[in-house]
Amino acid sequence: MLVYLLRRIAQSVFVALAMMVIVFFGIYMIGNPVDILISPDATPREIEETMARFGFDQPIHIQFFTFVGNALQGDLGRSFVHGESAVTLILHYMPATLELAALGLFFSILIGVPLGVYAGYKSDRWQGRAIMTGSIFGFSLPNFWVGMLLILIFAVELRWLPSTGRGDTVEVLGIRLSIFSENGLQYMILPALTLALYKASLVTRLARAGTQEALVQDYVKFARAKGVSETRILFVHVLKNIMIPIVTVLGLELGSMIAFAVVTETVFAWPGMGKLLIDSILTLDRPVIVAYLMMTVLIFIVINLVVDIVYTILDPRVRLTGGST
Amino acid sequence: MTLRYLRLTAFAVAAALPALPAVAQELRIGLASEPSSADPHFHNLGPNNQLRRNVFESLVGTDEQQKLFPQLAVSWRPLDDTRWEFKLREGVTFSDGSTFDAYDVIYSVCRIPGVPDSPSLFTTYTKAVTDFEVPDPMTLIVHTASPYPLLPTEFSTWGIISAKANGVDGPSIAFSPDGCGDLAYPETQAFNDGSAAIGTGPFLLESFRRGEGVELVRNPGYWGEAAPWERVSMKPLTSDGPRVAALFAGDVDFIENPPLQDLDRIRGEAGLQVVQGISNRVIYLHMDHKQEPSPMITGTDGKNPLKDVRVREALSIAINRDAIVDRIMGGVAVAAGELLPAGMFGAHEDGQMPPAPYDPDRAKALLAEAGYPDGFGITIGTPNDRYINDAQVAQAVAQMWARIGIPTEIDAVTASTFFSRRNAYEFSVYLAGWGAGTGEMSSPIKALVATRDSDRGYGGTNRGQYSNPEVDDLLTRALATVDDAARQELLREASRVAMADWAILPLHFEVTPWAMTDKVMYAPRVDQYTLPASIKPAG
Repeated sequence: MLVYLLRRIAQSVFVALAMMVIVFFGIYMIGNPVDILISPDATPREIEETMARFGFDQPIHIQFFTFVGNALQGDLGRSFVHGESAVTLILHYMPATLELAALGLFFSILIGVPLGVYAGYKSDRWQGRAIMTGSIFGFSLPNFWVGMLLILIFAVELRWLPSTGRGDTVEVLGIRLSIFSENGLQYMILPALTLALYKASLVTRLARAGTQEALVQDYVKFARAKGVSETRILFVHVLKNIMIPIVTVLGLELGSMIAFAVVTETVFAWPGMGKLLIDSILTLDRPVIVAYLMMTVLIFIVINLVVDIVYTILDPRVRLTGGST
Repeated sequence: MTLRYLRLTAFAVAAALPALPAVAQELRIGLASEPSSADPHFHNLGPNNQLRRNVFESLVGTDEQQKLFPQLAVSWRPLDDTRWEFKLREGVTFSDGSTFDAYDVIYSVCRIPGVPDSPSLFTTYTKAVTDFEVPDPMTLIVHTASPYPLLPTEFSTWGIISAKANGVDGPSIAFSPDGCGDLAYPETQAFNDGSAAIGTGPFLLESFRRGEGVELVRNPGYWGEAAPWERVSMKPLTSDGPRVAALFAGDVDFIENPPLQDLDRIRGEAGLQVVQGISNRVIYLHMDHKQEPSPMITGTDGKNPLKDVRVREALSIAINRDAIVDRIMGGVAVAAGELLPAGMFGAHEDGQMPPAPYDPDRAKALLAEAGYPDGFGITIGTPNDRYINDAQVAQAVAQMWARIGIPTEIDAVTASTFFSRRNAYEFSVYLAGWGAGTGEMSSPIKALVATRDSDRGYGGTNRGQYSNPEVDDLLTRALATVDDAARQELLREASRVAMADWAILPLHFEVTPWAMTDKVMYAPRVDQYTLPASIKPAG
């Protein structure tokens, strides 16, 4: 277990470093942030002074070594746009993204698992086919379109839910969260559903395939022979056995939901990290982009670890050893 | 007995007060772009300046037409060539209760050059100041090195913070243009969390939350007319579709910059309306006047055809500006004949500088005369996410130029890439926009057509490297002429000279739309700002 963990950490450090180098030079090639940030009224001299203040007058390799030097001391730099430490800025936006992803994940399990198990159970009947056809829409419709459609139906036409933005927040352990306030939760429903739709279809398909396979297994036949109720067979015995692939996929999807919820966050003006990333890319805010992507690497690593650990809980046969990757 | 008497008095007082209009006292606005900070001196950028005007005021205010009016100064006048005198408004207090006086102005000018990590300082508008004199706390005399007619205009662009609220004793400030010694200044962060957001404006900053928006509440101690709203929330809804949807859903009362394609739908909806007005932003094509060969020009054997005035004229009259306004801009733009809309300072009266007439036949003849009867190949560089329908406008120009025998390609890229490439002189022709920050002709002339000169700050955005000593001379004289009428004439002259030389090709002035419920009214502003204090309840 320890060897396994150490190897994982070494791998991730390498990935994070590679990411840093690629992003740093990549953004340098796109353009000069001062060209966008400075007031057009500024004189050529003021432009030069601003360049010098940010260190852009130095050759790129010097800029890079300065950056790496600071990064080794735990300082990923200050945002060019906000004048605040990039990490502080990302942490400010992070809770909103995490709570939205959590609710999205919850919705996708809530919708996907029962539908999938039911579709697997009735796979030859019309109910099963209808669910499968429906799931095609789930992962073929583009996210921004689904979002706009939900806004049009539930906010503009029916006026049941607010259209965009974040509602009231309550402080939990010093972090502002809206998931615990009624008003805040209303604002979360539409974006969380939009995020969940694709995942829910994925889960439905996985659960259906798993259920179909499990239903012909000996333990199901044995349970039936014992007279265990169908519901109990499906939602206790079968469900336990089909969860491994679902957890794997959801784990990976949670990572992408946190790191790249850009489209949904933009459509719903949700003040999360995705919006910060897209705004930072538009203004070439290099410290924020680099810090963000390094953080993303970290998130994926942590999630993969958690997934591996969950395996051992779900299936006692799985062992984490140095040999596995 | 006493109690009853008190009750009666209270009743009488209440009855004597004018009845307040029975409207919602809260206004919810959807912003098209988000301010990067609540610090009035941190970033000289449209959204920040717009937010600043709610909380921090200037000596001089600017109205919808960018005309100056007395704000924290009641009057100003030049004493001689290098001194301006400002008489300050009595009885103004900052929101912490401290009284406003001349030292607060000096303190603010002291802070401006040293704001840490600022991406764009306000020194552009304070660097003319060489010294201050305070004969009495309500009179401020400003020294400049040379005659400086733009001083009052530039003093309208930055906000004033309180010296006392930041623990600085006014009379002890020793002003120097390079910094004022070791004064204590609030940090940018202190403005963002609200603790240093102490201004004299019509609103108080209640909260500034990145990504979520700004909450303002009415300043009960405001010296002027009280704001019509008890609370104002401004949410950044930066993508167009959701911003319009929020208005339709009734989640906001007012939005900035509804996209052109949605204007008709908004107008057609009961209870919603669109208000629009011309802006100070001109969309123009700039041409390479210097490089030889010029990048991405083909078929001229290395010659730069744009150096020939006949070619420049041909390119201009080949553009059907009315068609662009009509088809591409949906009528929400005004064809331009110079760099500032008619009626603004230094621009000509309406009709005196009409847009270049559309005449493709004459354009072809001019090209032949210049030695390019078969034309040449050219590429227009343009951003595709900066101005309203920018890439489509460039596309239309390309088609019009193709018709006079100049096959034209489009190089449309995102703004961050475009500006860096433009500043590296990678384009022979590029499309861009210029908003006249000061509201007068000196702004576009100085930035776009004056010869590039670091020392004088000329030609900062003249990336076509146009150079004409006559224009430079007229501009220099205008910038040193304090008399308004004489300055206006010099600026008009400079504009005429530049336009006659086809130095730059103005296409159109953007018209700014705002969309709102019919419960509110807004007078459009040429500076494109959305100022809640000027949004009035209708009826």
